[in-house]
Amino acid sequence: MNTGKRRIGVFICHCGGNISDYVDVARVAEAVAEEPGVVVSKNHMFTCSDSAQQEMIDDIREQKLDGLVIASCSPKLHMFTFRGMAERGGINQYQYVHVNLREQCSWAHTNDKTGATEKGIALVRAGIAKAALSTPLTALRVDTTPKVLVIGAGISGLRAALALSDMGLSVFVVENQKEAGGAVKNWGRMGPDNQLGRDIVRKLLDEVNTRENIMLYTDAEMVEKSGYIGDFKVTLRIGGNETVNLQVGAMIVATGFDPYEPKEGEFGYGLDGVVTLPQFRDAADGQEGPLEYNGKPVKNVVFIYCVGSRQKKSAACPAPNAYCSRYCCNAGTHMALCLEDRPGDLNQYHLYRDIRTYGHNETIYEEARNRGAVFMKYADDDAPTVEKTADGLVVKVKDQLLGGEEVEIPADLVILVTGMVPRKNETLMNLLKLPVSKDGFLNEIHIKLRPVETVIDGVFIAGSAQSPKTMAESVGSALAAVSKAGGLLMKGYVDLEPLVAKVNTDKCQWCDACLKACPYGAIERTSCDGKEVALVIQSLCKGEGACVPVCPYGAIDVEGYTDEQITAMIDACSREVVSA
Amino acid sequence: MKSKEPEPKILVFSTNSISDPGIDLAGSAHMHYSTAVQVIPLPCSSGVKPSWIVHAIEKGFDGVFVAGCGGDCAFLSDCTPRTSAVIKQAQELMKENGISPKRLKMSGLCSVCADNFVAHMNNFQAELRKLAENE
Repeated sequence: MNTGKRRIGVFICHCGGNISDYVDVARVAEAVAEEPGVVVSKNHMFTCSDSAQQEMIDDIREQKLDGLVIASCSPKLHMFTFRGMAERGGINQYQYVHVNLREQCSWAHTNDKTGATEKGIALVRAGIAKAALSTPLTALRVDTTPKVLVIGAGISGLRAALALSDMGLSVFVVENQKEAGGAVKNWGRMGPDNQLGRDIVRKLLDEVNTRENIMLYTDAEMVEKSGYIGDFKVTLRIGGNETVNLQVGAMIVATGFDPYEPKEGEFGYGLDGVVTLPQFRDAADGQEGPLEYNGKPVKNVVFIYCVGSRQKKSAACPAPNAYCSRYCCNAGTHMALCLEDRPGDLNQYHLYRDIRTYGHNETIYEEARNRGAVFMKYADDDAPTVEKTADGLVVKVKDQLLGGEEVEIPADLVILVTGMVPRKNETLMNLLKLPVSKDGFLNEIHIKLRPVETVIDGVFIAGSAQSPKTMAESVGSALAAVSKAGGLLMKGYVDLEPLVAKVNTDKCQWCDACLKACPYGAIERTSCDGKEVALVIQSLCKGEGACVPVCPYGAIDVEGYTDEQITAMIDACSREVVSA
Repeated sequence: MKSKEPEPKILVFSTNSISDPGIDLAGSAHMHYSTAVQVIPLPCSSGVKPSWIVHAIEKGFDGVFVAGCGGDCAFLSDCTPRTSAVIKQAQELMKENGISPKRLKMSGLCSVCADNFVAHMNNFQAELRKLAENE
């Protein structure tokens, strides 16, 4: 260790009074001034202010600092601010250490200033210990290929392809079905504006076909993938035998959903006359005139909502779909209007748990009620039953709005308003290594702030592959993914965070424990001075450190969190604070 | 000028994107917990080295709390079993070094789990006090 030779600057923020009201910040600055390597220790009223940043930059230059510690708010707020400041001052940004003195000290201990001050000293000492062992790191700059692979040629994928093409990027679209268009390609009237699904798809496909920079492969799937953000190499298998090799800078995964398939007996599924909404829609779309089912006129239709959605765990349902599928209430109430538009005298009963026709769709629900569709609310734990009797199907429901009184409805047709389930795509998931949520849909990095990015840099998600979505929501997310992919590729290069794993080749004895632990394929075997050792492919490594504790030789570290650094931090923050 | 009675010292290994925001939230809400709790953030709970846990106890911490990423982990879908394996390994190492494995605790802590965090700290301190009486 050469901590004695380091020149570290420490700056403790008052944050107005947010920190200094509860932590004696002057005492903290004084207490850490003698720590090994520290040459400057000061307070600032607001370290994030322009004037304070300029003073700190002056200190960096005058004192020739090679390490920087700022104790202020949570790193979520200003870590990048101060990393940028460090670089402007001439220090490598990875030699900056952020200490969380507000959210994790002053604000949590507003009742104990002495204790908070002592804890603050310990936290800053740990930061100094980390900074003393920091090394300059360079972001990994990688050139990007201005081409995108869109996986899935449904509404989301096709819309994404067109928008990418508009940006001047080359697009490859791969679709595993024989025909492009996804779930919507055969649909008829759709809510809320009554456009035909098949017309929307046809228009998109016609436009795709006119674009010279879009290549659409149907009956095709990805069979190999290597590379990393900005430079992926992908092999597609087309029609079962032909293969194509592509090089792309980014990917958008828009693989869509599967409709929920009820279990045999679930709400009478399997009985003649009990169908799912998608099955019914396909049959009804092809019919004109009064509604018929199997050649017989239909007088009474019963819709049952929330089938396959918002399920509770039970013996019959060990892996429930806990989520709401978002589109089904809209689709069910819109179907009510489609049926009311038909000639003939039809009674329709909609049995629901809660109606969620949010936004503009609320007017469809209202219109359906006004035009005669009857809505009955059933209790979560008291679902309707469907039975076959000598006179046909009978649905029994306890209508909560009638005080729980049981109503029997003779039905010619029972329509189960089914939700969406994640599509099984094992080959693709094994290749892309995308994490899925508890529900089985593809997972974004942050549901609110980074909704289309995934932990695999350069791979974005769109549409109902991510979660149940309406068509408008799918297109919105597809265009969000396009803007992220476009933003990445139009720049021409990408800088990757260098806080990744590194191997100490002296200690490494190649046992493949790290290789097995790494889910990203970032470890390879290589030879170094005549012995076999592990090599980290930096651009593939995510830096989570799963390989670190499994190494029997202690040969792997994550930059910024090395064994030496964490051990030194523990030493520093466990030292007794000598009272002034 | 020591603050009150000495309280059991706890070192928490949090993770940057999951539990650390949860611990931040406890502070933002001014929920009080002991100043004897200190946090070192890491990228992911699967990367905690058992030797760090033993080292912390040897250096005077009474307990170590690993805030697991749980099912929210952005890196690993199987983060929980991996973290559990690390904990098991650490407990073995603690026993070898004559340290009660009760001084180590792991629990999933999400990015909004502020109440949980404070409850965990209070409970763990109570357990560590009891442990000190019995040892």
